[in-house]
Amino acid sequence: MPHFERLYNFACWLTHDREEAEDLVQETYAKALKGFASFRPGTNFRAWIYKILRNAFLSSRTGLKQTAMVPLDLEDEEEILPAVEETPESILLRRSDGERVQLALEQLPLAYREILLLCEVEEMSYREISDALAIPMGTVMSRLSRARKTLGEGLRLQLQKG
Amino acid sequence: MRTFDAHVRNCLSCSADALTRVQMKRAIQVAGKRYTPSAEFRKRMQQKIAAKPRRSLGLGWTLAATAAAIIVVGTLTSVYLGTRSGRNQVFSEIADLHVATLASSSPVDVISTDRHTVKPWFQGKIPFAFNLPELQNTGFSLLGGRMTYLDQTPGAHLIYDVGKHHISVFVFQERSLPARLDKDPVSPNQLTFNMETWTQGGLRYFVIGDASAANIDSLAKLFKVAS
Repeated sequence: MPHFERLYNFACWLTHDREEAEDLVQETYAKALKGFASFRPGTNFRAWIYKILRNAFLSSRTGLKQTAMVPLDLEDEEEILPAVEETPESILLRRSDGERVQLALEQLPLAYREILLLCEVEEMSYREISDALAIPMGTVMSRLSRARKTLGEGLRLQLQKG
Repeated sequence: MRTFDAHVRNCLSCSADALTRVQMKRAIQVAGKRYTPSAEFRKRMQQKIAAKPRRSLGLGWTLAATAAAIIVVGTLTSVYLGTRSGRNQVFSEIADLHVATLASSSPVDVISTDRHTVKPWFQGKIPFAFNLPELQNTGFSLLGGRMTYLDQTPGAHLIYDVGKHHISVFVFQERSLPARLDKDPVSPNQLTFNMETWTQGGLRYFVIGDASAANIDSLAKLFKVAS
């Protein structure tokens, strides 16, 4: 079963529920087998199957609830200033253990969580992410930048709370 | 890439930014690999996919068989590409570790030019022991070392100087590494840095830096003799 563990991990992060994630993975493979005619040979299989899983999630009850919780100024361009010496983010990351990072990831809005997982955990290229999420490459880059920033803010809040 | 690398070495803000990005990537990678499917679910899925309806051979069955064959090919291709990309990922991570450490304000945790000080420092911190070479009259000098991780595998990271160039030497247990690596040295043309890697005594060594390929090879030979 191609990408089984990774798809399951990704599904859990989307749904926050193992049982629902199992259903999602089952549905993904069923749709992949059924709709294989739509897969174009020579294109990226991984992006294709992740797209199926994501679309299945978005049309599920949990997915509809999460995507209804907007808003995100996702396409706003913001100048990202270069860091000076050691950055607050690098200090935060050094002081944050794995649990804090997991909590910060969980608390991210869906759009930021999924793109960070696809980029950093699945190590997809921007092109693959663009295909899987059906968004332009420019949006991939700007959304990733905001997602990292929001994660950093989440870690900062946790550390302030102690 | 070389231009970028040269700029990062000389620009404090950009090197700090690069370090933050590498640290964030690693933190998310570790935190993100959180969920694994249960054995029961895996078995259930395998049974579902393996189950075939009992019917006479017809167009539907032929199409289903063809689709299954294509998925097997897709799987094998994914596995092959995954293996190759896994190898490239290891090399890429080694390069990231090298850059991130040099950009750090404290690149080593044990500062010493004496191998008899650096080697015992690692005892109890990593699950293996390794030898450092004697450097007298070689042109190389040891700056120190630190612990490092490659995909959650603990290892040793040593930093050497030759001329104005820094060279990193990484040592890990071969069996703990996430991807199979070729025994042959990596071609310098494939990487921004010059690198050599080999296995010896159950340990995997990486020697990487922007020093010349000859210097990388010389330091690698010193380690091979010492091990």
